[in-house]
Amino acid sequence: MSIRRRDLIKAGSSAIALLSLPLPVRGAVATLLAEDFGTRSIIEDRVRLRVPALAENGNSVPLDVSVDSPMSANDFVQALHIYAEKNPEPRVAKMRFFPGSGKAEISTRIRFSDSQVIVAVAEMSDGSLWSASGKTIVTIAACVDQIL
Amino acid sequence: MKATKWLLLWFLLSLTAEGLAEARSGYTFQSNDVQRMQDDDFRNPGMLWVDKGQQLFYQQAGTSKRACSDCHDDLSGTFLSMPSVNTHIGELVNLTTQIQHCRSEHQGADPISYESETALALTAWIGHQAKGQHFEAVPEALQSALSAGRDYFYRRKGQYNLGCHHCHERYVGHQLRGDLLSQGQSNPYPIYRLEWQTMGSLHRRFRSCDLGVRAQPPELGSEQYIQLELYLRERARTLAIETPGVRR
Amino acid sequence: MMINARIAIPSSATRGDLVQIKTLVSHPMESGYRYDAMGIRIPQNILKHFRCEYLGHAVFEMEFGPAVAANPFLTFFFRATESGALRFIWRDQNGEQSIIEREIHVTDEGN
Repeated sequence: MSIRRRDLIKAGSSAIALLSLPLPVRGAVATLLAEDFGTRSIIEDRVRLRVPALAENGNSVPLDVSVDSPMSANDFVQALHIYAEKNPEPRVAKMRFFPGSGKAEISTRIRFSDSQVIVAVAEMSDGSLWSASGKTIVTIAACVDQIL
Repeated sequence: MKATKWLLLWFLLSLTAEGLAEARSGYTFQSNDVQRMQDDDFRNPGMLWVDKGQQLFYQQAGTSKRACSDCHDDLSGTFLSMPSVNTHIGELVNLTTQIQHCRSEHQGADPISYESETALALTAWIGHQAKGQHFEAVPEALQSALSAGRDYFYRRKGQYNLGCHHCHERYVGHQLRGDLLSQGQSNPYPIYRLEWQTMGSLHRRFRSCDLGVRAQPPELGSEQYIQLELYLRERARTLAIETPGVRR
Repeated sequence: MMINARIAIPSSATRGDLVQIKTLVSHPMESGYRYDAMGIRIPQNILKHFRCEYLGHAVFEMEFGPAVAANPFLTFFFRATESGALRFIWRDQNGEQSIIEREIHVTDEGN
């Protein structure tokens, strides 16, 4: 499904005001990316994102993101935006880096309401945008528990 | 005909056979990510409760202005031999109900609920000191309580009419929806459970299971659950304590 | 608001090294999307912002949304240049701050 969509986007079905984004980006994230970055192009490169293919529990899913950048005074990652397409609030987090950060690499734990695609967009000091995405399947627990 | 008789006998025996061939910690049924979370003291949220528990252990409480540390030193041995009988009150207690008793009777502090942050923190701290060690054997004097606990484990309950053993013995390693069924061992408690998004006790886990089979769960800290805890301790004796464990 | 936190920092580093910090803080990060046993929505209660300052300058910042898991875990890097103070500042949705301070000792290579 997502491959067909990717082909469609690549074929230039930019009748929809989307960015030139060869990602399986759907609904909510596409709109947010348009809000946050307008028509600026986002290239799927330089960002590495890792989520487990199968999440043990949607309440806590490990997420690792790193961006390939020298992190020098005039060439560094300014910001990293994380989006989860199907979450009720798809804006997961925004991180800011500085030359003194040394390395744009983070590890954290995220909640996912459902199986979905996670997108990370890195904004460089020169304003260029780079991204990566990952997919995770969130399974249902055996016996759904009460909140104490 | 003879073969059929043997087959029938084997089948009938298998229905009554109880026990596990080998005890395996729930840790071995978790994903690599959850295992890594447990193994790293800076990733394991349960350690936040251990830290809090350590603080509370040395903090004065109640009208007595006594800290736990004023009377107690290393309680890891106690952790490994709970539940046991508190001879002063003549009741079977576990670590949590004993702490509840200590706080009101010996510290003159406000009563704390079974699943309170204080109880979870203190049991996490004490349990963590016993990490790597093994539960003590259940003494002769507690054999009837052990029996009652065993009965609860094997009794069918609830609308689904299942006993603990159906999931945690017979179908270990099978999938129940997205979950891989473990043996239901008690060696990592209290645990940080991803499903709860917080720290929780063994009795809270019992409650989840009873609700899961649509049975009316006994109260946390009730005699029934303490007896079950005693049986589970016997069952987990070959496993190392992992407190604070992380489970999905 | 004094937050309960576990922070992993090496006590010393060599000048120019990349240093990784691990932080784990106690906070329910109540998303605002859960319902209690009575069917009433549990109000949102989250940490909103985190900043790490080294020698008085920010080296890392993060804005949290409700999708950050309870008891937030975070790792990030900074480059060690000289011995000095590290400040970790968390701010919740009510604007309340929690600050933890640590020191890092930076030596030249071979020391």
